[in-house]
Amino acid sequence: MNYTIVGNSSAAIGAVEAIRAIDPDGQIVLISSETEHTYSRPLISYRLAGKVDDDRMAYRPDDFYHTQKVQTMLGETVVGVDTEKKTLQLASERTLSYDKLLLATGGTPIVPPIKGLEKAMAGVFTFTSYGDVREIEAYLDKRGNVRDAIVLGGGMIGLKTAEALLARGMKVTIVELADRLLSASFDKTASQMMVEALERKGAAVTLQTTIADVFGGSSGIKGVHLSSGSEIYCQMLVLAIGVRPNVGYLKGSPVEVNRGIVVDERMQTNVADVYAAGDVAEAYDLLLEAKRPIPILPLAYRQGMIAGRNMAGHDETYRGGLAMNAIEVCGLPTVSLGESGREEDQEYEVMTFLDARAGVYKKVVIRGGRVVGLILVGEVDRAGIYTGLIERKVDVSSVKHMLLSDAFGLLSLDPQYRKHMVSGPGIEV
Amino acid sequence: MKRIFAREELCIGCRLCEIHCMVQHSRSRRILTAMLHEKDILTPRVKVQESGQLTFALQCRHCERPRCMEACMTGAITRDPATGIIKHDEKRCVGCWMCVMNCHCGAIVPGRESHVASKCDLCAGSDTPACVANCPNEALIFEER
Amino acid sequence: MRKWLVEQEFVAERDVDRCINCSVCVRQCANDVHLVDEETGCVLSDSQSCVGCHRCTTLCPTKALTIKSAPQEFRENANWTADRIQGIYKQAEGGGILLAGMGNDRPWPVLWDNMVLNASQVTNPSIDPLREPMELTTYLGRKPDRIELESDGNGGVSLKTQLAPQLKLAIPIMFSAMSYGSISYNASLALARAAQAMGTFANTGEGGLHKDFRQYAGNMIVQVASGRFGVDVDYLNIASAVEIKIGQGAKPGIGGHLPAEKVDAQISATRMIPEGSDALSPAPHHDIYSIEDLRQLIFALKEATRYTKPISVKISAVHNVAAIASGCVRAGADIVAIDGFRGGTGAAPLVIRDNVGIPIEVALAAVDTRLREEGIRNQASIVAAGSFRSSGDVIKAIALGADAVYIGTAALISMGCHLCQKCYTGKCNWGIATQDSRLTKRLNPEVGTRRLTNLLRGWSLEIKEMLGGMGINAIESLRGNREHLRGVNLSDRELNILGIKAAGE
Repeated sequence: MNYTIVGNSSAAIGAVEAIRAIDPDGQIVLISSETEHTYSRPLISYRLAGKVDDDRMAYRPDDFYHTQKVQTMLGETVVGVDTEKKTLQLASERTLSYDKLLLATGGTPIVPPIKGLEKAMAGVFTFTSYGDVREIEAYLDKRGNVRDAIVLGGGMIGLKTAEALLARGMKVTIVELADRLLSASFDKTASQMMVEALERKGAAVTLQTTIADVFGGSSGIKGVHLSSGSEIYCQMLVLAIGVRPNVGYLKGSPVEVNRGIVVDERMQTNVADVYAAGDVAEAYDLLLEAKRPIPILPLAYRQGMIAGRNMAGHDETYRGGLAMNAIEVCGLPTVSLGESGREEDQEYEVMTFLDARAGVYKKVVIRGGRVVGLILVGEVDRAGIYTGLIERKVDVSSVKHMLLSDAFGLLSLDPQYRKHMVSGPGIEV
Repeated sequence: MKRIFAREELCIGCRLCEIHCMVQHSRSRRILTAMLHEKDILTPRVKVQESGQLTFALQCRHCERPRCMEACMTGAITRDPATGIIKHDEKRCVGCWMCVMNCHCGAIVPGRESHVASKCDLCAGSDTPACVANCPNEALIFEER
Repeated sequence: MRKWLVEQEFVAERDVDRCINCSVCVRQCANDVHLVDEETGCVLSDSQSCVGCHRCTTLCPTKALTIKSAPQEFRENANWTADRIQGIYKQAEGGGILLAGMGNDRPWPVLWDNMVLNASQVTNPSIDPLREPMELTTYLGRKPDRIELESDGNGGVSLKTQLAPQLKLAIPIMFSAMSYGSISYNASLALARAAQAMGTFANTGEGGLHKDFRQYAGNMIVQVASGRFGVDVDYLNIASAVEIKIGQGAKPGIGGHLPAEKVDAQISATRMIPEGSDALSPAPHHDIYSIEDLRQLIFALKEATRYTKPISVKISAVHNVAAIASGCVRAGADIVAIDGFRGGTGAAPLVIRDNVGIPIEVALAAVDTRLREEGIRNQASIVAAGSFRSSGDVIKAIALGADAVYIGTAALISMGCHLCQKCYTGKCNWGIATQDSRLTKRLNPEVGTRRLTNLLRGWSLEIKEMLGGMGINAIESLRGNREHLRGVNLSDRELNILGIKAAGE
């Protein structure tokens, strides 16, 4: 049996580990356009900040491919898939056959159409790969005296990038089009606390505006004009407005692509023996009760793992994921889950707790007696209990008054649920 | 594998498990030194939850399918293939709290001072975890189920 | 009125160099002695309400705590001792009866400590219990005056006499009557399980038999006391034996009282009384005013149990205990249990506990002697009770004439009791004498069972060693064999009553 995996991040590694646990002998081929040993993608901002070194970037130990008997083809890019002949075309013009194929090609950073950026300009980056770290560092070394940076986008990547550049001693301005940071998951209160945390470290945050155009010279970028009219000088611009599923190589193939590669509950595409997982996949969202890509690491790994098991002959169902983020920026830990941005209305009940002095904010969103959203700022202990409540669709009507309490824990919950969690042998989730 | 199970009807809420857990995972492993001089950097990996008369101690369940391990972005959380213990390499942890967000039991504790996640390692290497060995009422039991 | 004259009894001393401010003591003290100072976060102690139960010192992980008798001393006075003065202060402030838990703690002589055992030397070899069988099995119940045997003509012989029902004990030690109510569910459960594990018996006291404990009924003696709590025909018939409680060593002549606040749903169902009502046991049985009345109850119980179970009568050791015991036997008792004045209790008026009744040593000897003299010793077994502190006390009691003993206080101590004597407050920090569910769960019944079982095992090994030393291989051979005892520092009169020779004789 030949398992071919395209990708080298969480979903791919999840699949490798799942396949190997079931099939110790099958051939696993892993193809990645990146040349590095599998590394932790979210750590690139820590690496840029200097908080971790190259040695700590590895997502799995150095001997991982060896112990898992994985044949790697690093630096090879897949450019086409022939699902009839079950072959892959590589940019190097080689053709590979597969029995089972997993597409875990992740996302491609979105580069918005900004005036002045029609041509590549030195000092303008996206930030989603180890390669980006090296490029940024090379630029910083070459240009020298880079003091001012602009980060376009106040999402996860944008904030972690800003934090890293702050740690390198730069003056950072975050430009976000929405009226708040982390607009997909935060409300204004949480966003404001994040703004303050960033500002305490010297960052500037401008909301409800975007970059109208960039200008530069021979050495690279010199500044931007915002749509609000102001001009900001900078020697560096990071575009962090998001990623889109990397599916270009599927053009002309029968594999169904919507916003991502559409997969069923077994992580299989509409084409037999072709699976997809991770940021590239459009899988079931258990809160939305519909399929959509949720580009986050925990789901990537789980999807990859489930795809791997199914590829290796098991029959396992992906019960769906939900949007979730744990992010700590400038010393402010936060967690957001599900429909966290909701405001109170006829359908949703919202409960909040704010202790501005301690820097603690909690918000629980309830729909139909069940938790569907959560924000924790400043204090993230036991956040996972809420995740469990959301995923398991537990009715919390009777313990609603406890949800925001400091003492909230498993013991606030129904004895049966609690006992299962405390004493269930090898709790299955 | 052997796991720790809490018997809430027997937990007396004394929190000796928390103390002995901290000592076990301290540098000195001596209770006075640990609790008087290292306390600030110690985080108990077992936490007693208490509400009225109901108390029990909870630590990592060492799940068959650990959500924390799936979610760990650095690869710091791994399963020891020999023992089944879900291990956490604090040297690789950067404190992103992904695991905290994904543990449905709420058993992973964010270390305030250490800034890394703390979780039970079943006192790897010893026959009986410290919390079990020091529970005065045998409310914690270490067994195969 | 403020209790401003009563001095604190204990002082909880905290070694601040060792205290790690972990608050374990704060969480464990039901008397609120330890507290966290909100400003400093340090743990402090206010010893005013300390009862000296040592729960905190036992659980303190760094042994930073020591409980001492309060250093404040009253002016020296051999007559007006501190406890007498304190008692008066308390009564002057409260105006009630002083209560106490557990047994008599006054310095009365303990005659067990004036008796010594014999051992074999040269002329009669001692026996090594590790190498040779040693029999501790004891049968309690009426023994026939004579036995008739029957031959089947082929050399086989069988017993023709019909034997009265007997309780078979693997060791001659049973657990005394302690009601569910006076002690916790977990403590009761541990006693029942340990009795089962060791082949002996626990006793329900007057608390009824909780439905959960029915599975242990094969090792339970059930009591019929003056309040008749929990008594119905099933209760009588499921048990191994029935005991009529006339008196208790700690409080002869008075009744009992389980306060209403302890009567929760479980206790209410077990005692068959309304929830939240006081359980008052009258001082006398209102249907017993004579030996004849007692005989009626004994036979009523025998009838109810179809003569399948031995009926025991438990009396306090009082002045004319021998005559009373004789009356009990003549009334039909198969077992007479005698409870000496050092026996424990959940609550007794202090003045009664400390001043009423006689020691078990003399009571036991007097009863055994009297029954022998009357030629009715075989008609009933004698069970002695009232503070057996070691296997040495037990074996001496058997040599004095007891068939078996009851242990209560020793059993509770093995489960953690520290004899603070505050059972009646309902705040037992060891989870034994309380119904507060926060406290009762401190006694893990598995641990309790294990500790009780270990205690009985240890004592039985010691008894075997002592028997072997005397050259005896069965406890039967020691029973009433007072030749194996000698008295030290006892008057002629005491030696005479005890029926033993002085050491050296």
